[in-house]
Amino acid sequence: MHEMGIALQILEIAQASIPADLAGARVARVNLRVGRLTAVVADSLRFCFEIAARETPLAGAELAIEEVPVTARCGSCGERWTITEPVFLCRSCGGGGLEILSGRELDIVSIEVIDATGGQDG
Amino acid sequence: MAEKAPLREVRVVGRVLAVNERMAEENRRRFAARGVFVVNVMSSPGSGKTSLLQKTLAALAPRVSAAVIVGDVATTHDAERLAVTGVPVVQVNTDAFGGDCHLAAHVIERAAEDLDLGAIDLLFVENVGNLVCPAEFDIGEDARVVVLSVTEGEDKPVKYPAMFRTCHAALLNKIDLLPHLDYDKARALAYIRQVHPGMPVFETSARTGEGLAAWVDWLLAGLERKRAAAGR
Repeated sequence: MHEMGIALQILEIAQASIPADLAGARVARVNLRVGRLTAVVADSLRFCFEIAARETPLAGAELAIEEVPVTARCGSCGERWTITEPVFLCRSCGGGGLEILSGRELDIVSIEVIDATGGQDG
Repeated sequence: MAEKAPLREVRVVGRVLAVNERMAEENRRRFAARGVFVVNVMSSPGSGKTSLLQKTLAALAPRVSAAVIVGDVATTHDAERLAVTGVPVVQVNTDAFGGDCHLAAHVIERAAEDLDLGAIDLLFVENVGNLVCPAEFDIGEDARVVVLSVTEGEDKPVKYPAMFRTCHAALLNKIDLLPHLDYDKARALAYIRQVHPGMPVFETSARTGEGLAAWVDWLLAGLERKRAAAGR
């Protein structure tokens, strides 16, 4: 439900990241990392982004979403593993003092700009 | 999509919600400077947040100067219900901000301008009824609390793990209704423990007042820690 707000933030960050020498260039792809422990639905985000990006340099750009698994480390025994079910108890010792190592990401990694100048340095 | 022109990848590397997170930190600093303990109360619609807050405010009244920012998509009904307690109440209607399903940090910043922070010890933020979106938005609070009522499914904690993982306490509300329901309380508590082991859970009834004392004590302990940190 809040995906439109997130789409607008992505749009803003991406537009601000277009290099000055490519001002006016179109963006073909936005690479995102989204943790599985975030409240973001990828399909809704793509849908909102497509609408939000109309008439901007990101019109038609693809949102490439890399899903980041939830990984944890047990504070008691040091076990590290990937959590696939909503069970936040150590799979080794049963302890509950976990440190979540990944899965809360909602990061923009890069944008791929169409370099119509034919630049070779990309 | 085949593109003739070459693509240049530009590294960005940033949090998508960086703007909100920055504003939340500003809110946190502002609240800390005044020694205000801020509690973000979240739940599904209809879990009894407003009734619970009414009773909580009444229990705190002699000892603590409280205020409430209440978020709803529309109407001022909750603010009207809370205003009878005599504490300052600021209603935020998110439809003015695009019908949002959560309160974001900039909304709290604006709402807090209507409060005399110097005269407040404890600020409750009654978030928009929703177990999904508010989990993602830091508003500058000290404590995040989720209210679950026994008229909802026992499995809400595992359906909304992001919410239950990011909270510091849970309230299982409307326990006065248990004799009339087939609710499996043990199962609900087990699910909460499974998603967030060690998180305090308070079993409450806003209607009868049962269990409210322990919840109020928890709030007072948090407030004490905040005051100590602010050197008061």
